[in-house]
Amino acid sequence: MSVLVDISHRLSGFAIDARFESAGRLTALFGASGSGKTTLINMIAGLIRPDKGRIEVDGRVLVDTSAGIFVPKHKRRIGMVFQDARLFPHMSVASNLRYGRWFTPPAERYAGMDAVVDLLGIGPLMNRRPAKLSGGEKQRVAIGRALLASPRLLLMDEPLASLDEARKAEILPYIERLRDETKIPIVYVSHSVAEVARLASDVVMLAQGHVIASGPTEAVMQRLDLLPVEERGEGGAVLDTRVLRHDETFGMTVLGSAAGEIRVPRLAMTTGARVRVRIRARDVMIATEKPTGLSALNILPGTITAISPGEGPAVEVGIDCNGATVLARITEQSRHTLKLHLGGKVFAVVKTVSFDRANTGAGLPAEMDG
Amino acid sequence: MNWLLDLTPDEWNAVRLSIKVATVAMLFSLPPGILIALLLARGQFWGKTLLNGLVHLPLILPPVVTGYLLLLTFGRRGPAGAFLAEHFGIVFSFRWTGAALACGVMGFPLMVRAIRLSIEAVDRRMEAAAGTLGANPLWVFATITLPLILPGLIAGAILAFAKAMGEFGATITFVSNIPNETQTLPSAIYTFTQVPGGDEGALRLTLISIVISMAALVASEVLARRVGRRMDIE
Repeated sequence: MSVLVDISHRLSGFAIDARFESAGRLTALFGASGSGKTTLINMIAGLIRPDKGRIEVDGRVLVDTSAGIFVPKHKRRIGMVFQDARLFPHMSVASNLRYGRWFTPPAERYAGMDAVVDLLGIGPLMNRRPAKLSGGEKQRVAIGRALLASPRLLLMDEPLASLDEARKAEILPYIERLRDETKIPIVYVSHSVAEVARLASDVVMLAQGHVIASGPTEAVMQRLDLLPVEERGEGGAVLDTRVLRHDETFGMTVLGSAAGEIRVPRLAMTTGARVRVRIRARDVMIATEKPTGLSALNILPGTITAISPGEGPAVEVGIDCNGATVLARITEQSRHTLKLHLGGKVFAVVKTVSFDRANTGAGLPAEMDG
Repeated sequence: MNWLLDLTPDEWNAVRLSIKVATVAMLFSLPPGILIALLLARGQFWGKTLLNGLVHLPLILPPVVTGYLLLLTFGRRGPAGAFLAEHFGIVFSFRWTGAALACGVMGFPLMVRAIRLSIEAVDRRMEAAAGTLGANPLWVFATITLPLILPGLIAGAILAFAKAMGEFGATITFVSNIPNETQTLPSAIYTFTQVPGGDEGALRLTLISIVISMAALVASEVLARRVGRRMDIE
């Protein structure tokens, strides 16, 4: 499966000129609000007609302005989950779910009602009206409705943005299951580092209508300098790990990564399960000698591979820990005092308690083995 | 109480005729009413203001003028009237069908206004969502737009019906006041007031007309509430 977008479009006072291609399980279109990501996803869905360009999904040309091709939205078979759910108010949950299924030719229906209802845990809601659902429930039904149309591609436009933290935590595992247990490729729009780091296999980073970086999540998320200003504090290295064992005495889980063992608060996952962690750069300290008498439990040896200026008095230091890169944000004064330089041997120090629900999630199955 | 229900055959006919005329006028106005309301609410075309003005004309013109214009156009020798009579056998002048036409035209602006407002209130993002689920524009209209504007549709239809029940000026100008053919309730009441000793008949028909109008109003309220409950719009 692949998505190719190559368009230029002019909105009132705002120009989008973007090209990207992705074959990932879940591709995140990531950028600050106003970067053009929602416009792009609306173009893929067929809700906006680009001035110029080409859009292909799986080799099927949906838009080619030079050839005069524009496939209308109802013939694209591309599912869309909107930020505001957009459930039909005059239909029950069950009728909403059946709506798209009804328009799908029987031979192309691959999504089964029971499987989808089960995947999203919406069985008890079937006879309710959308007005009687919570925000999180609405969003789960909206995902189910899009899935049951058996789409070739699923688009999600900031599906969590209008939910509070508790509701987000409620939905995220469902999106992880969607990513890992179904074969539908997903394009996911988000402005949140936490969501992108947790969910995406690939990232297309946008700013002012242009693609400024794209590629695998671990690589793109290293570019702290490209993150939207308000999200910089959330930036950090993304590592794919496995559960090695649980430490029941102290309520911790030990994860195995290329960089070494990482201790995090106890996760409800089985041994061997894949876990993706995001280590925020601001949570990482640097020591030039192996520290002793320190409370932090994670001490990862490595080599400095990058030092770049950050916001204000900060510098961002990239540390290669046996192939996995860990990012640290420290002050320029510390860098000066410790005489940090490229190639220097250091230890990255991370407190166990800096890991929380927002930066630990289920890992992607496919690419860990690569 | 007996004198109220003790109607003469002519009076009964006036009541039946009024209900028939108003019902036919309402039903035949609905399809063009929805179409024009859609055009005005969503269309972007040259002459939209003109169309809007044309639709509202019966509301601002003296009813006699509207009736006379209908007579000129749909009368036996009018261009539309002659055409319809020749090709489809439909005759309006001095028939109850003409009364229905006059009532339909007079109620049309009210109906279009109500439907147009409800179309403008429809969340178009719902329609876009239906499109991404595979529904073509016709299906979107039938399954999303139409159910969402149902309360407005009912309100518009009842308004048109009520207006038709009370229409007098255009009807009497266009199709005159023929008992059993074009004599609707208002015309019958008018006739009673013109003859000595007609007070009792006029009062009877007046009360009946109040009852019918109230019943229509209550029915629309009940319907609208039921639809509203079914929709559960936040």
